[in-house]
Amino acid sequence: MAERITLQVARYRPEQDSEITFQEFEVPSPREWVVLDGLNYVKDRLDGSLSYRWSCRMGICGSCGMMVNGEPKLTCATFLADYDPGPVRVEPLRNFPVVRDLIVEISDFMRKLVTVKPWIVRAEEKPLSQGEYRQTPQELDEYKQFSMCINCMLCYAACPIYGLDPKFIGPAAIALAQRYNLDNRDEGSHERMEILSAHEGIWGCTFVGECTKVCPKHVDPAGAIQRYKLDVSLEWVKSFLMPWGAR
Amino acid sequence: MTPAHDLVLVGGGGAGLRAAIAIAEIDPRLRVAVISKVYPMRSHTVSAEGGAAGAIRPDDSLDEHAYDTISGGDWLTDQDAVETFVKEAPQELLRLEHWGCPWSREQDGRIAVRPFGGMKKMRTWFAADKTGFHMLHTLFQTSLKYGSVDRYDEWFVTRLLVDDGRVQGVVAIELMSGRVETITARAVVLCTGGCGRVFPFTTNAAIKSGDGMALAYRAGAPLKDMEFVQYHPTGLPFTGILITEAARAEGGYLINKDGYRYLQDYNLGTPEPKPVLRSMELGPRDRLSQAFVKESEKGRTIPTAYGEVVHLDLRHLGARVIDTKIPFVRELCLKYQNVDPVKELVPVRPVVHYMMGGVHTDMNGATPIAGLFAAGEVACVSINGANRLGSNSLPELLVFGARAGRAAAEYVSSAREPTHAVLAQGTDEAHRLNNELLHKSSGRERIATLREEMQKTMEQSAGIYRTGDLLKKAVGTLQQLQERFADVAVEDRSRTFNTERATALELSFMLDVASAIVNSALRREESRGAHQRTDFPVRDDQRFLAHSLIYRQPDGGSRVEYLPVTITRWPPGERVYGR
Repeated sequence: MAERITLQVARYRPEQDSEITFQEFEVPSPREWVVLDGLNYVKDRLDGSLSYRWSCRMGICGSCGMMVNGEPKLTCATFLADYDPGPVRVEPLRNFPVVRDLIVEISDFMRKLVTVKPWIVRAEEKPLSQGEYRQTPQELDEYKQFSMCINCMLCYAACPIYGLDPKFIGPAAIALAQRYNLDNRDEGSHERMEILSAHEGIWGCTFVGECTKVCPKHVDPAGAIQRYKLDVSLEWVKSFLMPWGAR
Repeated sequence: MTPAHDLVLVGGGGAGLRAAIAIAEIDPRLRVAVISKVYPMRSHTVSAEGGAAGAIRPDDSLDEHAYDTISGGDWLTDQDAVETFVKEAPQELLRLEHWGCPWSREQDGRIAVRPFGGMKKMRTWFAADKTGFHMLHTLFQTSLKYGSVDRYDEWFVTRLLVDDGRVQGVVAIELMSGRVETITARAVVLCTGGCGRVFPFTTNAAIKSGDGMALAYRAGAPLKDMEFVQYHPTGLPFTGILITEAARAEGGYLINKDGYRYLQDYNLGTPEPKPVLRSMELGPRDRLSQAFVKESEKGRTIPTAYGEVVHLDLRHLGARVIDTKIPFVRELCLKYQNVDPVKELVPVRPVVHYMMGGVHTDMNGATPIAGLFAAGEVACVSINGANRLGSNSLPELLVFGARAGRAAAEYVSSAREPTHAVLAQGTDEAHRLNNELLHKSSGRERIATLREEMQKTMEQSAGIYRTGDLLKKAVGTLQQLQERFADVAVEDRSRTFNTERATALELSFMLDVASAIVNSALRREESRGAHQRTDFPVRDDQRFLAHSLIYRQPDGGSRVEYLPVTITRWPPGERVYGR
């Protein structure tokens, strides 16, 4: 294995660049180094102006998603050695507006997240003095995988529908809606269904499953979307058979 | 126009979000802003793994949780604060359950608890081994339903505005645009977390640069007990990634190069096949990290390219326990260490993890400066004393985040509007940030060079064992680094997401915090908890049963005072583990 590897890093400074260009940096590539270590090497020693987001460097905060050789990856969990002998092309996440270098604008997701009401909805809240809501390990398993989403946006970068139709609410937001829908403490699935079915983007999802494939936390957004479609269809059938309301 | 809020919370992690919700619930008319340099769900609370302590079992009691916390903290804890803490912790954890936190459960659906280091009873609530992650996302998602909470995501606070003896707002940079804004408020709550990045080898995320500590220190507030830095005994070499104490709570062993459970040689009990509470691998973190150093001095640790290690042995737990109770441990070991704990030994070494010290506050998060509050790791309420017990920090940020939020809301009801003088301060700060820092490309010092020298100095002088000579030398080195910082280069002149300017500001915060740590450590001539002086090897209750308070002086130097510890029912005694 080579001791060094070449990074081809996307650069974009809106004040001076009209389009994205690539800059090459040679960085060390010991076995332990992840792509993020390479970027930090560049920033600390070669070019302090390179901009990107990162924080926990243990794959849990969701900050450092980028395209690595064309695939959406957490750069803190993607090893340089796996791209030996290189080069490694590092670009901002696809399907988002690029702000600067490797930084994209994700406020669209932040707005969409609020619309699916990702919190416990109940008609009546039980007082704390009555203790916890019971939830067996099996009931926990119903929604657990959807609660593992770290909002890293890799699924949006991989989603062909979101790429074509930015109004599509997207894989992570739908998975998080399902996380609450499937929680036995929650009573908000009807409210969320109205919001989710208001836009037809979801019907455009053809279960290509790119979102599930790239998810670093093994959440299955594609599964959430299919299950949700089924729920909406059943709801529709019920409302057709029982026009006085399908509660 | 200057954005104005009733309250500004700096930091959107566990403490900040809990405070925001508390304020929104008290009075939805209060205009609250959460200002965070990252999106709130990226905050470092996300990395906490093992759990959150709160006594709920019939065989447990608040007094036992209090005693474990007080003795764990080597009697440097304020006992009134601890009593409040242990009483409110279970309620706060329960509230989080009602908000949807996916706590791990017993078969019958009740909350499950696990053992933890230094705790005599099982009282640690957990969400597998991603407890902080689930708590943070639950808090963040729940906070979204409160319309009165405004967020400034990816805004970097550079200064507190103080006039008329009270804090009246902040200056912050919107990273996306580079715009500098004066944001006024009648009260500011600091919830910015710790400062592990002043050390080279830490579990802490890149963002943990002690911003809130430095902001408060510069504004004239004292930092308390800054000499107490926690080394967690089990970090992965090279990355410093934390392997949670839960791995030992579930039954993992720490062994030296001969396969020997060496903790038995350090007055921590006798080895049993199953975990024993307050014994051996479930001793407190300070004692375990110190035992590692002694073991290493005896030549019984294992050398690697990234320092000496011992081994964490989880193999006897089996795949089922590992995959259900500590799946993240397996994921992290496989990914970052290329070892499978089901079949292999995990190399670990002590790693800087947590700051017991912080901005001096009372039980309501109030600092000595009017209008300034603090909660979470940035604060020092004094429940952790000289050594924090594992799983006390997560309930701490809930209990004191909520209390600080409520107290700040109460304060605001009678606080006056911000004065004109602070707007002028804001203009000065904008000038410093835009005209000075963005035109430093001619500077000669690299940010990374200064940072690495600071980190090396801290590890050498303020590590697990310390001496007066090295601390004295470190005071001088840090002063030189402060001087060199004046000539730092910022190559990036763009306003758009200029991370180099932010990094320079973080370094400047860290230099202040580092200096507070070594100066406080130099003056404490005793050994207590995480502060071990080889030149003063015993605890000295005569002189030092007291909190250090370090104040910044106008000339950039520091002054240290002492404040007696509050003792209610537990007189200082011996810390006994394993018997």
